[in-house]
Amino acid sequence: MCLAVPGKIKSIEHLYDGKVRMAKISFGGIIKEASLEMLPDADVDNYVLVHVGVAISKVDEEEAQKTFKYLEEIGELGELEDVHDYLPKKDE
Amino acid sequence: MKYMSEYRDPELAKQYLQEIKNTVTQPWSIMEVCGGQTHSLVKNGIIEMLPKEVTMIHGPGCPVCVTPLRLIDKAIHIALKENVILCSFGDMLRVPGSEINLLEAKAKGGDVRILYSPLEAVKIAEDNPDKEVVFFAVGFETTAPANALSVIHAHRRGLKNYSILVSHVLVPPAIKAVINDEESKIDGFLAAGHVCTIMGNSEYYPLSKDYNVPIVVTGFEPLDVLQGILMVLRQLEHNKAQVENQYARIVREEGNPNAQEMIYEVFKIQNQVWRGIGEIPESGYGIKQKYADYDATKKFNINIEEAPENPDCISGQIMKGIKKPFECPQFGKKCKPTNPLGAPMVSSEGACAAYYHFSGLVEA
Repeated sequence: MCLAVPGKIKSIEHLYDGKVRMAKISFGGIIKEASLEMLPDADVDNYVLVHVGVAISKVDEEEAQKTFKYLEEIGELGELEDVHDYLPKKDE
Repeated sequence: MKYMSEYRDPELAKQYLQEIKNTVTQPWSIMEVCGGQTHSLVKNGIIEMLPKEVTMIHGPGCPVCVTPLRLIDKAIHIALKENVILCSFGDMLRVPGSEINLLEAKAKGGDVRILYSPLEAVKIAEDNPDKEVVFFAVGFETTAPANALSVIHAHRRGLKNYSILVSHVLVPPAIKAVINDEESKIDGFLAAGHVCTIMGNSEYYPLSKDYNVPIVVTGFEPLDVLQGILMVLRQLEHNKAQVENQYARIVREEGNPNAQEMIYEVFKIQNQVWRGIGEIPESGYGIKQKYADYDATKKFNINIEEAPENPDCISGQIMKGIKKPFECPQFGKKCKPTNPLGAPMVSSEGACAAYYHFSGLVEA
């Protein structure tokens, strides 16, 4: 039910005297319409997450990389912790 | 698809699994609250690949499953009225009511339609001024802004023939109810990423602190779920209980303030009955007086008695994580997706349906 899918905004149009911003969004080539009323800053070429016809979040491209680097990062942190285990304590 | 397929990389998944194995030193139980995560865990075979110390407990995060029986009966009753078009999400149609389901109501002549978005229902109301259009609006916080928006659109366009039948549930009170249940023993939680996309993370800090449990806001792809599990385990193994955000590419700390504004324009928080679980205080949304004309329960003013649940269905224990689907004597026998005894066998996010389709426990 909470399924939401990221897609790229291809175009934006204003309906009902400009009150409603609707976007055409490409999901891997399949185009569907979604409301942008909850993302006033979203623009063409942005990736947005769409749930039941409403865009609810803009994808943060920098954060999107973190899942790929997390293991490396905790590996490095782990090594640092290990090094500290071998170093003499300050008051020793 | 970008921002989806990269999070399904099998090589990195193996590395995550290895790191999970390296991290765990003792048994832990982790609940994934959201049915979408249950689906991902079972479908991708992650449960079998986790080390035996890690038990995943499937939470109540399937809105279709927790929609009260009485409300489903009410929807069926409305659908069978003359001049009514009843619309909802596809999953709702096969959920058993006390006698029939909505799909059978359609076969009996009711105008029942499956929609992708509540905004489509408003369009149907506009195109059919001589009919009453009712949207059966179920969901967690994720879906609330869209359902609220449909009411706002109808109001703006002056439509008098649109209303919603609401069954909205909220995650934080459910987590609290699960922790407080004497039978459940959960060490940490994966919080539902798309719920937090709307509401942000602030509601989870007091929960994590008061109950001393790690809560990691987590996404839905295999790598997301694996990373979420690893983050919970690292906290548990280091005796920490914090809120972390695995799904920061989508979830902002404050959530989506515009969406929250939309929700509180139309809805107010109220006590809510969860099918299989019971009433949980302040765990749902009802329609504010200002929009009472769009409330289907007021418009159709029907009194439906609470019907008894099927005594063979143990969905309450399944959704509180006390029992696994295959521990139910009816699982795969009397109860199948084609003939569900309870809602968790219907929805793709229901734990029973996920186990039926993907776990290999039932011969096809």
